[in-house]
Amino acid sequence: MQLRLTVNGTEHALDLSDPRVTLLDLLRYRLGLTGTKKGCDHGQCGACTVLVNGRRMNSCLSLAAMHEGDEVTTVEGIGTPDNLAPMQEAFVRHDGFQCGYCTPGQIVSATAMLKELAAGWPSQVSGDLDAVALSDDEIRERMSGNLCRCAAYPNIVEAIREVAEQEGPA
Amino acid sequence: MSDTVQVERQQKMDSREDTDFFGGTAQGVLSTAMDRPDGPQKVTGTATYADEDHPPGTVFGWLVRATVTRGFVTGLNTDELRAMPGVLLVLRDDRLLRNPAQGQAGRAPVQFKGEVAYKGQPIALVVAESFEQARHAGLAAKADYLDRGGKAVICPEDAEFETPKAKQSSMGDLDAAMTAAAHRLDGEWTTPSMSHVAMEPHSAVAWWEDGKLTVRASQQMLKHNVKELADSLGISPAMVRILAPFVGGGFGSKLGISHESVAAAIAARKLGRPVAVPLHRRQVCETTTRRSESRQRVRLCCDRDGVLTGVGHEVWVSNLPGETFSEPVTQSTPFTYRGENREIAHHVGRLNITCAGSMRAPGEAIGVPVTEAAIDELAEMAGIDPIEFRLRNIPEEDPSKEIPYSSNRLADCLRRGAELFGWSERKPAGTRREGEWLIGMGMATAVRVNMLQESEARVVLLPDGSARVETDMTDIGTGSYSILTQIAAEALGLPADRVTTVLGDSDLPPAAGSGGSFGAASSGSSVTLAAQAVREELAKRMGADPGELTLKDGHAIAGNTRRSLPDLLGGEAIEGKGTIKPGSNARSVRQASWGAQFAEVAVSAVTGEVQVRRMAAVFAAGRVLNPKTARSQCIGGMVFGIGSALTEESHYDRRDGSFVNRDLAEYKIPANLDVPKIEIEFLEDRDAWANPMQAKGIGEVAVCGTAGAILNAIANATGVRFRHLPVTLDKVIAALPRP
Amino acid sequence: MRPFDFQRASGAAEAMDPGLRVIAGGTNLLDLMKHEVETPARLIDVNHVGLDEVRREGEGLRIGALVRNSDLAAHEAVRRDWPLLSRAILAGASGQIRNRATTGGNLMQRTRCPYFYDIHARCNKREPGQGCDAIGGFTRSHAILGASEACIATYPGDMAVALTALDAVVEVEGQGGAREIPAAGFHRLPGDDPSRDNDLRPGEFITGVRLPAPLGGRQVYRKVRDRRSYAFALVSVALAVTMEGGRMTRVRLAFGGVAHKPWRVPEAEALLEGHAPHAALFDRAADAVLEGARGQGDNDFKIELLRRTLVATLTDATGDAA
Repeated sequence: MQLRLTVNGTEHALDLSDPRVTLLDLLRYRLGLTGTKKGCDHGQCGACTVLVNGRRMNSCLSLAAMHEGDEVTTVEGIGTPDNLAPMQEAFVRHDGFQCGYCTPGQIVSATAMLKELAAGWPSQVSGDLDAVALSDDEIRERMSGNLCRCAAYPNIVEAIREVAEQEGPA
Repeated sequence: MSDTVQVERQQKMDSREDTDFFGGTAQGVLSTAMDRPDGPQKVTGTATYADEDHPPGTVFGWLVRATVTRGFVTGLNTDELRAMPGVLLVLRDDRLLRNPAQGQAGRAPVQFKGEVAYKGQPIALVVAESFEQARHAGLAAKADYLDRGGKAVICPEDAEFETPKAKQSSMGDLDAAMTAAAHRLDGEWTTPSMSHVAMEPHSAVAWWEDGKLTVRASQQMLKHNVKELADSLGISPAMVRILAPFVGGGFGSKLGISHESVAAAIAARKLGRPVAVPLHRRQVCETTTRRSESRQRVRLCCDRDGVLTGVGHEVWVSNLPGETFSEPVTQSTPFTYRGENREIAHHVGRLNITCAGSMRAPGEAIGVPVTEAAIDELAEMAGIDPIEFRLRNIPEEDPSKEIPYSSNRLADCLRRGAELFGWSERKPAGTRREGEWLIGMGMATAVRVNMLQESEARVVLLPDGSARVETDMTDIGTGSYSILTQIAAEALGLPADRVTTVLGDSDLPPAAGSGGSFGAASSGSSVTLAAQAVREELAKRMGADPGELTLKDGHAIAGNTRRSLPDLLGGEAIEGKGTIKPGSNARSVRQASWGAQFAEVAVSAVTGEVQVRRMAAVFAAGRVLNPKTARSQCIGGMVFGIGSALTEESHYDRRDGSFVNRDLAEYKIPANLDVPKIEIEFLEDRDAWANPMQAKGIGEVAVCGTAGAILNAIANATGVRFRHLPVTLDKVIAALPRP
Repeated sequence: MRPFDFQRASGAAEAMDPGLRVIAGGTNLLDLMKHEVETPARLIDVNHVGLDEVRREGEGLRIGALVRNSDLAAHEAVRRDWPLLSRAILAGASGQIRNRATTGGNLMQRTRCPYFYDIHARCNKREPGQGCDAIGGFTRSHAILGASEACIATYPGDMAVALTALDAVVEVEGQGGAREIPAAGFHRLPGDDPSRDNDLRPGEFITGVRLPAPLGGRQVYRKVRDRRSYAFALVSVALAVTMEGGRMTRVRLAFGGVAHKPWRVPEAEALLEGHAPHAALFDRAADAVLEGARGQGDNDFKIELLRRTLVATLTDATGDAA
């Protein structure tokens, strides 16, 4: 089947011979975009987080075939080693990673999460569903879908907090 | 190609190294909180791990695993599988592994040869053109088994235990001491089987060129892995190259080779094509390694003043039949505290479940929490503050061997930690409450043996005055890229960005590898020595003694002479080789990293949920090479400890040994929300016995005190001593009355 | 994952075909397909059929089946008038999964019983008549209420627990026409046919969920689990309680993590309604909820846990200024 989708601004027209290919495996094995990681392949770790039409999701739990016409952003589309995005810079400065394997997912997730927060979306730790404010616990909860066994969590929270505060109040 | 001058320096740690080399260098880059040089790659997804950067034409393999617990494989529906779309190969081979190699084995582990020893054991590999085809064919595999009547043993209660003579020790008369003591404690604790859960699943991509095998693999110790893989395949180690530029976490699970590299190598050979074998998370859980469960009996007794007179620690752990590794639970018990009467006993039972192996801080990670909980209990019986109790029991020397400590700042850690954490605010057990939440504070000593392993590195000072560090050391998140860069930059007087560090290629000089908290000390020492050899050559060219040479910002300074390195090099490169070897210091002194750890918890009187509200720790572990990466290592260790205290447990079905919670949803490592603010401090410390850098291991010590501090905090919150880890809410509500 | 035919629906009617398996968010179906627990031969992608609006309908609310969990939880009307639903959704899964998971798909999610998930274990839900390896196995996550000899699995979700307490109605449509199923009756007990999770008939498709007028009062979703986020419930309590003159005038209660369906016991609600909050009364309500509760060994604790959580939730919600 034919599949057209845009990844990091580049349009791809693909002949997808097998509908079983997940969005994650399409990125990693067919488009060579291995920045997006496979930690569990079942939506239980968040390492495969990408943006689809601006929203974060687990690319392992979606078939590539379901993304006809979609705009996908992976970590490679967030910034490059020579031109880091503020979130990536903050992760480096705060040592928000160790082995680096969950890191692309954390960064993509954090990038989208701040937009969700800015849009006023509540979370399970929001005291008031209608008055969501930035706090360490809000960041922790909203980033809990990204497991990190090296457990850089406190540094991840610091990095995100710094970016959030630079970008203005949520 | 310019000329290269080769120089070399070796050191064996047979004596105290009184020269603090890095105390006299000028660059000032070592021991700074430098950002990781590999950071930009990691945050942009350009760092490549094992199952990435495939050679063209790579095909995919899926491991077929046993559906029985014990028996022999007599057949497989090979024809059926071969006929499935895309399938290229159904591989059954006696060289496949029964279980992974143990750390530093350097030879093949037990191989398959048709016999199944645990459920989920790999028995074949299916290779297909695409990942999707391979996975489907792998799941369609059906094997025939012959049950030769051997009974599978799943539960430790049913196991027969061996008591290896070398793992028992005794001093004085513990029974008599217990009888005579003012206060005594005799209790039993248990800790569960645990899973390493590195975020990168074990994966291998193998290809052959001119009879030589190259494997991209997720491994921690390349020089040993090359030998293990070669031995498993029956070829010379010279014909094997392993690439592991980035490793997505290890925690001990990637010390030795496992199934995927052997299977990929054999399949690639047969097919004449590159083969990738990325393990599924379930396969990682079931077929790699676990931390053994343990049963631990601790006996402690002290006099009226709280001085320990006896220490007993007897443990029961397990492994597969024939495996020599057994979790060294009592490793630090003999030398941490006083007590002239001692009994250390170790038993290992044989189980038919996932192979047991080293997991972050093998031994101390589960032994220290238990002894620290027992110490806490005894302190309470004696009516002495737990910190004061520990301070009274720090020996002058290792009481078990009567040898001095290389350095031991435990007392300072305890005092500083108490201050940092606000220990004086601690209330009597069961008296602090906020709504339904019972609040408590606890602490524990952290201790982990310090080791050094042979390690080799090359440091090349290039004609342009920049330097390259080369060793087959790995960076599994530990910060090797950072600290080796800093060490070379400091020793050669270069800004860090003038040093490039190349790791993770077994063709480079053989390093110790990452494990046992010895990676930084061992590989760092080899880089230090290599750079020192280069310095000696530079000193010679400056007509000075090495001790009179200052290297800073790319210049050499001696006496009144200051020359730039390119000028001094005159178009040549200087290639220094450094080799560090462990020596008698490993026996003549007691080396360990030390710390004091603190936790505050909240326990719901309603649901039994336990939340860690804050943690703090102070460590003394020799020279800190990079406080940023060292802090991250300690935070990571402490969160590992939260998991082992509260949530992590591998559940095996007691009927057939199925690993029931073999995924990341049900094997619960802490998530971000589970982790509070963590404060870390390092004390100034130098260990002149440990290595030329006077540094010690930092990657594991922080695991060791965490669960103990949490257990003791729970006891302070609830008044109840929980002795079975993890302290899940079902255990808590069983012990707490309805609110 | 077995090979399958894939097609994309342009309208919901195309999905009302017993020969097709509907995929929306895919967050559970693909998970199961990878393990070959689910092996559909034909998949139809309904992500582009519309049905993605939340709109006022009289005093109530109509939620399209394709509304994503994130959007529903963040919807201003839901937040204000049905906060229990927001809270329940936000207690589940992760931000990434909620962005993808749909209202209809969430109702259709299957049990997380590890034996159901293991094609080498016996499971009556996966293969009717095969037997149940969960019984006698590791049962920490399993049911304490409404289980049968054939199946002890639990429904794992949170959203449906809130919908059950809120008297929501599930709208379904098939070739035979449209009908409505009360949320409380949508999922079924396993009985002797655990292969059927719910009351949906072959070819029927969930088109939406309707919420009746807001209940007001205090609304609480308390989820108890082994870690603080990104974990399924061991036990959850959904409560909506209205107080007037110191008495509980309306009480709605539902429970998650304890049965093959969101558990609701109208008798317990009736027991509470019209009375002043009181510890002994809460205990009696708990007795009513837990009537017939039976553990499987590893999950025995859920009986006590449910009691404590229920009593504490009631106490908190009816205390102080309530």
